[in-house]
Amino acid sequence: MHIPDGFLSAPVYAAGYAVSGAVCAVAIVRANRRLGEREVPLLGMTAAFVFAAQMLNFPVAGGTSGHFLGATLAAVLLGPLNACLVMATVLLIQCLGFADGGLTALGANLFNMGIVGAIGGWLLFRALKAILPKSRWGFLAAAAAASWTAVVAASAICAVELAWSGTSPLQVALPAMAGVHALIGVGEALITTAVLSTVLAVRPDLVSAWERNGDCGLRSADCGMKEARS
Amino acid sequence: MRRKIWGFVLGGLLVSFLLAAFVSPFASKAPDGLERISADKGFAEKGEGGSAWRFPLMPDYKIPGVRSESVGTALAGIAGTLLVFAVAFGVGKLMSRRRAADSEPVGQK
Repeated sequence: MHIPDGFLSAPVYAAGYAVSGAVCAVAIVRANRRLGEREVPLLGMTAAFVFAAQMLNFPVAGGTSGHFLGATLAAVLLGPLNACLVMATVLLIQCLGFADGGLTALGANLFNMGIVGAIGGWLLFRALKAILPKSRWGFLAAAAAASWTAVVAASAICAVELAWSGTSPLQVALPAMAGVHALIGVGEALITTAVLSTVLAVRPDLVSAWERNGDCGLRSADCGMKEARS
Repeated sequence: MRRKIWGFVLGGLLVSFLLAAFVSPFASKAPDGLERISADKGFAEKGEGGSAWRFPLMPDYKIPGVRSESVGTALAGIAGTLLVFAVAFGVGKLMSRRRAADSEPVGQK
């Protein structure tokens, strides 16, 4: 879903940069104040995993492929604002190093594939976790539903950006994008739950949303991984 | 505690490198959702006007000069995974160091 140069009009990519830049600024300020020593290697590892997993396009219907995005997974592991930093790193390097996603569209791409899943997906995950049974299955089901929704929402927002840019009318782009990404989102949900259940089995103390047991809001004192306890 | 964190992190990195090196050459070559729709709905050519950034080291996850596409993708995947880890870790280190160096008390709010 990486938008190349040329698809978006100047006002749309400027808006993408403005919104994503503001969110990144908040995430950086917060990390400057609160990022614990112990979280840094986990931040790097999560970013590396997201990059590698995004390379693995899987086939969906009709000669089309899709790939993992990982923003909701990163938010469940690290907290939403740390997840924004992870996604910004991945998308910046994909854009500058690998010509994956246009430089003009980088802000919009970070919003669609990063911030929507990291913040929107995480808020939905929190809401679902609160109503589902307080168990491993409830936790994983909430993550699956949130990550699927984040992918479909990202594709719908991408369609709105294309329509706003005059590239493709909304009534054409929206059903097409949401339709194929409803399938791609199934892959996203499967990978997200597979990774989360593995980490929960090995090191549940490193899953921020599990460890905090639901009381971690965007404005709370510590949304990231546990502070150093050594 | 630090060693235990690093054991987990090294395990996660190993999985990432294995995916990038040995699974990425088998990834689907079909166009992704947006590419496919841009072709089907007739706006793909809007993206063919050249890219704004002219210096990608490994465009399209290939290494210029490496003849085998699989080897190129694997090497690009390893390089990218390493680069992403290094940047995220380095930026994280800078931010946590600044915080550690900050003499003002933190964590009041």
